[in-house]
Amino acid sequence: MKTKKLSILLVLVLAISSILMACGEKAEPKKTPEKKSNLAAKQELNLLDSSEIPSLDSSIATDQVSFLVMTNVMEGLYRLGENDKVMPGLAKSEKVSSDGKTYTFKLRDAKWSNGEKIVAADFVYAWQRAVDPKTASEYAYMLFPVLNGEACSKGEKPVTDLGIKAVDESTLEVKLANAAPYFKSLLSFPTFFPQQQKFVEAEADKYGTEFDKVLYNGPFKLTSWEHEVGWTYEANDQYWDKEAVKLTKINVKVVKDNNTAESLYSTGAVDRTGLIAEQVPKYKDREDFGRLKDTAVYFLRMNQKNPVLANKDARKAIAMAFDKTQLCDVLLNNGSLPANYLVPSEFLFDKNNKDFREANGDMNAYNVKKAQEHWTAAKAALGKDAITLKLLNYDSESAKKIGEFLKEQLQKNLPGLTIEVNGMPFAVKLDTESKMDYDLSYAGWGPDYADPMTFLDMFVTDGGHNQMGYSSKAYDDIIKAASTTLISDLDKRWTELQKAEKILIEEDQAIAPLYQRGSAFVLNPKVKNIFDHKFGGDFSYKWTYLEK
Amino acid sequence: MLRYTIQRVIYMILTLIVIATATFFLMKLLPGSPFRNQEKLTPEQIQMLNKTYNLDKPVVEQYFAYMGKVAKGDFGVSFQFKNRSVTKLISTRIGPSAQLGLQAIILGTIIGITLGIAAALRHNSWIDYGATMIAVAGVSIPSFVFAGLLQYFLSVKWQLFPVIATNSENQLTFIGLALPTIALSVFVTSTTARYMRTEMLEVMGSDYIVLAKAKGISYFNIVFKHGIRNALIPVITVIGPMAVNIMTGSLVIERIFGIPGLGDQFVNSIYTNDYPTIMGTTIFYSFLLISIILIVDLLYGVIDPRIRVAGGNK
Repeated sequence: MKTKKLSILLVLVLAISSILMACGEKAEPKKTPEKKSNLAAKQELNLLDSSEIPSLDSSIATDQVSFLVMTNVMEGLYRLGENDKVMPGLAKSEKVSSDGKTYTFKLRDAKWSNGEKIVAADFVYAWQRAVDPKTASEYAYMLFPVLNGEACSKGEKPVTDLGIKAVDESTLEVKLANAAPYFKSLLSFPTFFPQQQKFVEAEADKYGTEFDKVLYNGPFKLTSWEHEVGWTYEANDQYWDKEAVKLTKINVKVVKDNNTAESLYSTGAVDRTGLIAEQVPKYKDREDFGRLKDTAVYFLRMNQKNPVLANKDARKAIAMAFDKTQLCDVLLNNGSLPANYLVPSEFLFDKNNKDFREANGDMNAYNVKKAQEHWTAAKAALGKDAITLKLLNYDSESAKKIGEFLKEQLQKNLPGLTIEVNGMPFAVKLDTESKMDYDLSYAGWGPDYADPMTFLDMFVTDGGHNQMGYSSKAYDDIIKAASTTLISDLDKRWTELQKAEKILIEEDQAIAPLYQRGSAFVLNPKVKNIFDHKFGGDFSYKWTYLEK
Repeated sequence: MLRYTIQRVIYMILTLIVIATATFFLMKLLPGSPFRNQEKLTPEQIQMLNKTYNLDKPVVEQYFAYMGKVAKGDFGVSFQFKNRSVTKLISTRIGPSAQLGLQAIILGTIIGITLGIAAALRHNSWIDYGATMIAVAGVSIPSFVFAGLLQYFLSVKWQLFPVIATNSENQLTFIGLALPTIALSVFVTSTTARYMRTEMLEVMGSDYIVLAKAKGISYFNIVFKHGIRNALIPVITVIGPMAVNIMTGSLVIERIFGIPGLGDQFVNSIYTNDYPTIMGTTIFYSFLLISIILIVDLLYGVIDPRIRVAGGNK
C-alpha cells in the first residue's frame, strides 16, 4: 500500500519536474528547483605536478609524486583526513593487546578495482614483499617496528617470519617488535598498503608501471597515464565509501617550469599551483592565496669531530649568530618559520591537544650579543683567533642564496670566522655528509610517522643519520627508553622526549636549527576540502568538491 | 663509395665504444648512490641495496657486465623510474623532441635561406640591413627569452595559443607546438640566413655567373639554377649538426612549454646518479650525432661532384 502511494507520488514529481525543467531551460536555467546543495554541476579538478610518477608499486615507491597518487588511488588499514586525523580505511575495527604489541584488525567488505574481494592475505603479501631483500625497497625500514622487520629485510630471517598473519579472510594479526604508540598513523603510509599477490605476480616487473598494470582500491583510479605528460583520476565505483567522493575526475599535467605553472593558473587552465618566493608578492593579498606549514625542519649539522665544533661555546655562538626571521621573510618568503627547535610545531599533540612544542618553546634563539659572548669564550678555550669552517651545501638556486646569507651573517657577527661554502649536487652532498667530510652542513629532515621519535632518534650515538659525531649518554638513554620502558607510561614518555630535545638543542646545541619549511600556493576559491598531510602523500582528494 | 661507407660505419662503432667506456668510468667517479630515498637510508641500508643491484662489485667488473648487456641490446632498467627499461624511456621521449626539432629546423631553414638570398640579391639595401639585424638578434638572444615573451603575450595576455603544448587528452597538438617551434627556429633562421647571404654573395660574384650573364641566361635561371644550388652546399654542413643540437638540446624550451622531451631526462639522470639512464642517453645522443655527421659527409659527395669523400677514387 505504502509503496504504491509512493510510486504514484514519484511519477507525479517526475512529471512536474520534467515540465518545470523544460520551461526552465528556455527561461532561466538557474531557477530549476535543485537540492539546496551548493555543489557545482561539473565536479572536475585540474591540477599540476612537477614530475612524472616514478612508480605505482607501493612497496618500492619512495617519492612525493608517487605517494600523492597512491594515497588517492589506494588505501591501507587507515587513511588520513583533515588535520591528519586517522580516518577509517580498510580496517573496520581494531583490537590492541594490553602490552601494545599485538594488533588484531577486522577488515571491512571492500573490493579491488577488478571486482575481487580484498582479503587479509593481501596485506600479508604486500608487507612481506616490502621487507624482502629481493624487492630492494628503499622504504623497507618503515616496517622495522613490525616483529622481525629488520631481520627479514637483511635476509637473516625468511619473510614468513614477519609479524603479520592472516587469521582468516577478514582478520589480520600484526605483532610488533616494541609497542609503538604511533603505529596506527603509520598504517596510512603507502608501504603498508595491501597488494593482490595474483595480480602482482602476473604483471611481474611491469607492475605499477602503467595505469592498467596496477590494482586500485582507493577513492579514485587512474584511467590514463601518459608518461611525463599527465594522468587522469576518475572516481572508483568499487570503492567502499564511494558516497563520500564528490569529484568525478581529476586531470593532472606535468609542468616543470614555475612560470609556466603560474601562467596555466592565471589563464584558468588549472585550479591550483605552488608558488616560488619570487611569485609570492604578486599574489599574497589575494583571496586565492594560501600558505601551508610543512613539517620538514632544516638545520645546520655541526661536525663534532672538528676541534672547533667539538667546543660547545662555538656551536652555541654559531647557532645564535644569524637572523632566522630575515632568512624566512626575505629569502624564502613562502611561509617558512624561523625554527629554534627540531620537532616541528603544529605536528604532534598530546592527549589534551597540547602541541609538543609548548613545553620547550624557542631554544637559543637569534641573539648576537650572547652569540659573541660564547664566541669569545670558544676562541679563548681553543687558543685561536682566526677560524675557517667549510659549509656543505646543495647546489640548487635557493640553497645557494641561503648559503650566502649564512656566510654573510656568521662572518659579520662572529669576528675572526671565515665560512667557505661548498655547493654540491644532491647525491654528492649526501655522500659527503655521510662520510663526515664537512664542518657545517645545511640539511633537512621530514617525518616518516607521527611521533617525536621520527626526528629525535636520528641523533643517538653512532645512529645511521647522526653523521656528525654527536654523542650524549643522557640523550641516548631517553631515546632507548622511549621505545621500551616508557611505552607503558605515554605521558612520561612525552615529557621525557621533550627533555631529550632540550638536551640536544638548549644544552648541547648539537645542531643549529634554521627554519620549518612552509609553502605558498594559489587555489581556485571554488575548490574546497583539499586536505594536506604532514607525512605520506601530500594531499587527499577523497573529500574534495567544487562549489558553484 | 661502398667501401668508404663500411669503413666509416666501423669507425662509428669504435667511437661509440670509446664514448661509452669513458662515460661509464667518469660516471662511476660521481659520489653518491642512485637511490631516491638515500637521504633517509643509513649507510648500512645503502650497502645492502648496492649488493642487490651488484653496485658493490669492482667498477671494471660492472663495466664488462654492462657492455655485455648492451651488446645484446639490453640497456638496463632505470633507478629513477622503477622497473622501466631505459630503451622505453628513451623511445617514448625522443618522439616529442624530434618532432619539435624537425619542425624548427624546417621552418628555420626555409625562412633563413629566403632571408639570406634576399639579402644577398639586394646587397647593401634596406632588405640586407634588415636581414642582418634579424640574424644578429636571433643569434645573440637565447631562444628561451623568445619562448618566454611569446608565451607571455600570445598565450597568457591575448590567449591566442595554449600555454603548454599538450591538450587535455595529454597529446601533443600542432597548435600547441607552434610557439615552441617558432622560439626554437629563431636560432636556425639566423644561422642559416648568415651563411646563405655570405655564400650567395660569393657565388653571385664568381666567374661562371658572369659567364652565364654574358651568355644571356635569364636572371631567374641564373639565380635559381646556378646561384642558389651552389650556395647551398656549405649551408648543408651547418644544418646537420645544428639539427642534432636542436633535437637534443632544447631542454629549456621543452620545460617552458611542458613538452616531454629527452633533454630533461638526460639532465635528471645525471643529478640522480641513475646509471643505466645516463649511459643509455649518452650512447643514444652520440649515435645520433655520429650518424648525422656521416650522412652529411655522404650527402656532400652527392651534391657536389667536386668533393670526393673516399679520396683516391679512380
